[in-house]
Amino acid sequence: MLALVSALWAVNTVAGTNLIANTAFGEGNEIVLTFAQPLAEGHLLEPGSYTVYEESDPDIRLQVTNIKVSPDETTAKLTFIEPLNQSQPHIITVAGMTSGESPLSFTVKKSYLGYLLTILITALLIKNFVFTKYLGLCVFMGTSKKKETAKGMGIVFTAVMVMSTAMSWLFYTYFMVPYNLTFLQVVVFIGLVSLSVQAMDTVLRKVNPFLFASFGIYLVLITTNCVVIAVPLMLAKEGYGFWEAMMLALGAGSGFLLALYLMASVRERLDLAQVPESFKGLPVAFLVAGQFGLAFLGFSGMTIS
Amino acid sequence: MATKKTNLELVLNGILDENPIFRLALSMCPAVAMTTTIMNGILLGVAVFFVQVASSCTIAIGKRLVHPRIRIPTYVLVIGTWVTVIDMVLAAYFPVAYSQVGLFVKLIVAFAIITMRLEMFACKNTLTTSFWDGFGMGMGFLIGMVVIGAIRELLGMGTLLGYDIMGFQPLLFFVLPVAGFFVVGLMMGFFNYVENVYKQKRLRTIFHESHKSNMPACNSCASPSVGPVGS
Repeated sequence: MLALVSALWAVNTVAGTNLIANTAFGEGNEIVLTFAQPLAEGHLLEPGSYTVYEESDPDIRLQVTNIKVSPDETTAKLTFIEPLNQSQPHIITVAGMTSGESPLSFTVKKSYLGYLLTILITALLIKNFVFTKYLGLCVFMGTSKKKETAKGMGIVFTAVMVMSTAMSWLFYTYFMVPYNLTFLQVVVFIGLVSLSVQAMDTVLRKVNPFLFASFGIYLVLITTNCVVIAVPLMLAKEGYGFWEAMMLALGAGSGFLLALYLMASVRERLDLAQVPESFKGLPVAFLVAGQFGLAFLGFSGMTIS
Repeated sequence: MATKKTNLELVLNGILDENPIFRLALSMCPAVAMTTTIMNGILLGVAVFFVQVASSCTIAIGKRLVHPRIRIPTYVLVIGTWVTVIDMVLAAYFPVAYSQVGLFVKLIVAFAIITMRLEMFACKNTLTTSFWDGFGMGMGFLIGMVVIGAIRELLGMGTLLGYDIMGFQPLLFFVLPVAGFFVVGLMMGFFNYVENVYKQKRLRTIFHESHKSNMPACNSCASPSVGPVGS
């Protein structure tokens, strides 16, 4: 909750200047500056006068190649050689310009809430784990024969996913990184996954026997689902924070649920269709999955800002 | 001699009858996502082969020490250990290729095929038979990966193992990961078709032979059977 409040408060406030009204990231390698008044200053138009770096890496300077000013001279678009890592705050300093005593300097960053939403939508649609990353296919093919099974599997999977990711993140950040044990990540993460599956199994059995009777069989299958181990590995590689990890887990789980449900709807219809003898069952299911994959390609390159 | 033959049968079983990719349809993720070139296929195939053989042997040796109720977590930890080993070896000796398939090498830990072989075979059999079973399964997977990789590399880039051997404009579609679904689906269908044709042919020959040899017998047995019905 605290994180959310602070995220809302920190939406693109530009401190220390009355010249720049707003800053934002544009496309992959762009930063858009909005000025408070139409600018006539020469320095702001020269690529050489900008010094840009990521807040965490002050040594690596990012070079501005081009500056494009809008006709009314209130916005300027800075273009960089390489795409920017937009999840990191960037600090921009302009040589020759001052605001008060110190040189003109300001920070460009994304709002945290929007960033979390981006991670969620990316994992759910743009990089759907089943249709664009091709993970979890064994379980996907095995449990997408009926809508009921698909729903059950998807919901149980999402719950286990979120739980095991939370544990993995805590364990990774506070135990494995400080003690330099990151080479053990495969063993530790799969251990935590089977632990949370076992915990889910026990809790569900006691708390809601009816739900257990309908969902219990899927629990065993979860340990053999690549997605459940891919998510902790990815967040370890990307160095995500806790809420980012949670959003990734939630997106991955609900993306899997979405994929299962879509596939189950098609396969229920396929049962009634006339499929060539040799293609009955799995082969035709793979062809359908391929078509879904093509459809999901349409989301690629989409960004949310 | 007799044991050798069963070992050979175990290996062939893994490669043909219960091929992990085309027949059991397990461990599909790498078969779809990572078979854009033969090299990727070989690398992942070798990794899976190694993990399968090593963990089959480990479980076969230690099967008496494991309580049945905690056997699945034990399998998972054994597989995880061997995956870590192969992961570090590949990262050290094949850094370029590893950078492409890295995530999938780590994901071997969640492959259904390995857990399934441990559960179905290695925990009930001796070390040697488990070794040959793991050998066959790993080999079947490796061959499947190489075949899919070869088809996609040939059609998608016009090369084999990086050598340009085709003169035509390649179809970019086959390099897209999505094409993995189509190639695997079509190949499964093809294998089913071959099997159906083969089965029907054999049935027909059996039927013909029995028909020819039993012709008089059939007639002779038909008449008594008709007899009681008629009367």
